[in-house]
Amino acid sequence: MLKILDLVQPESIDEAYKVLTESHKSAVLGGCAFLRMGSKTINTAIDLSKLDLNYIREDNDYIEIGAMATFRDIETHPALKEHFNGVLPKSVNNIIGVQFRNVVTVGASVFSKYGFSDLITALLALDTEVELYKGGRMPLAQFMEESLQKDILTKVFIKKTGRIASYQSLRNSSSDFPILNAAVSKLDNNWLVVVGARPTRAVIATNASEKLSNGEDISNSAKAAAEELSFAGNLRGSAEYRKAMCEVLVKRAATEVMQCR
Amino acid sequence: MQIETTINNKKVTLEAANDEFLADTLRNYGLLSIRQGCDTSCCGLCTVWIDGKPTLSCSTLAFRAQGRSITTIEGVQQEAKKFAEVLVAEGAEQCGFCSPGFIMTVLAMKNELNHPTEEEIVHYLTGNLCRCTGYMGQLRAVKKYLEVK
Ligand SMILES: Cc1cc2nc3c(=O)[nH]c(=O)nc-3n(C[C@H](O)[C@H](O)[C@H](O)COP(=O)(O)OP(=O)(O)OC[C@H]3O[C@@H](n4cnc5c(N)ncnc54)[C@H](O)[C@@H]3O)c2cc1C
Ligand code: FES
Ligand code: FES
Repeated sequence: MLKILDLVQPESIDEAYKVLTESHKSAVLGGCAFLRMGSKTINTAIDLSKLDLNYIREDNDYIEIGAMATFRDIETHPALKEHFNGVLPKSVNNIIGVQFRNVVTVGASVFSKYGFSDLITALLALDTEVELYKGGRMPLAQFMEESLQKDILTKVFIKKTGRIASYQSLRNSSSDFPILNAAVSKLDNNWLVVVGARPTRAVIATNASEKLSNGEDISNSAKAAAEELSFAGNLRGSAEYRKAMCEVLVKRAATEVMQCR
Repeated sequence: MQIETTINNKKVTLEAANDEFLADTLRNYGLLSIRQGCDTSCCGLCTVWIDGKPTLSCSTLAFRAQGRSITTIEGVQQEAKKFAEVLVAEGAEQCGFCSPGFIMTVLAMKNELNHPTEEEIVHYLTGNLCRCTGYMGQLRAVKKYLEVK
């Protein structure tokens, strides 16, 4: 059972970070759906509710998502439905149910770099940056490669480049964790292929991305993604199955992108 | 800690521990319609509205109700009764354990979606599990209630 000994609601992000680093066994609270599944004792829980991080806004260049925005906010936001072929709403809209997606937060999900994450796979296929209080602003791909530090993810920025993207996932049942997921995107001749839930973290398949960018056909490029990435087995599927399905999902996603005008 | 909140249009002050989840707090307050099926965010039985949005009360820390408006089935009895009658007529209620959470989600959907298609209905209700009915009766009832062809 989750235990919270002390709870603070900082008025500023500086204060939140100070508590996070100074207090032993402290943790930031997102929606708490994941935290509640464990049996962690948190000495000081940091609630970000007073920091106005529950928003999605759009300016000329970026769509900016605050850390406390929920998956349902992503699913229903008009700008996210309109841009990138609606890939972000599509990536989250099968996760459990509406009432769950009204709870879970973007900041917690991206910061935790869950291997099974649907959202991270889709975000990686776009021109996404994250902002951390201490670590600063950096591309999501760079953040994914760094080891986890004590920090607070405050915002996610997606550049409105006009990228067209497609998201595909394979699940045993519609609201189960994904067995494998993939996202493919295209901006002019620049393609990006991302595969996640391998079951480890999502990564960009660089060979496959390059092949598509160089005009190679979709089947060969999808095969390249399956060859260059590593897969492992767990109770949802074997490594071999994931590898075979990787080719299928990448092919489907690339075909959808190709068909978008 | 003390939580000032509104429950079913009534201002109340609740007492809850830092790590208490809203489902427990509301049940302790006497709202026994709230069911806990899985307690792991999967079944939707504990659905209440927070500021009108269907939300899992088993996964929402109670202190987050501060300054918000909570609605449970006790607060929407007339509308709930109307839908429950259709549910019963369609043979879509058996043990009834899932009904309060299901009804709260259906009523939230009615408020949120204009003329939903069958596909949109099914998608909106995926988070509500039922061990008895097999879902087809529920779907018939929702379509009838919302007058979906
Ligand atoms: C039953 C269940 C099924 C799920 N199925 C899926 C699925 O199919 N696909 C999928 O993609 N996801 C799935 N998830 C994960 C879910 O979508 C969320 O990613 C997850 O619950 C974390 O979000 P949260 O808001 O609940 O975070 P919390 O539980 O509050 O926090 C998770 C971690 O993040 C830390 N944290 C919170 N906010 C921040 C922040 N701003 N900065 C730094 N650290 C922070 C916390 O300290 C904690 O360590 C599932 C989760 C559950 C419980
Ligand atoms: S009891 Fe809350 S989702 Fe099952
Ligand atoms: S009627 Fe029994 S669980 Fe739904």
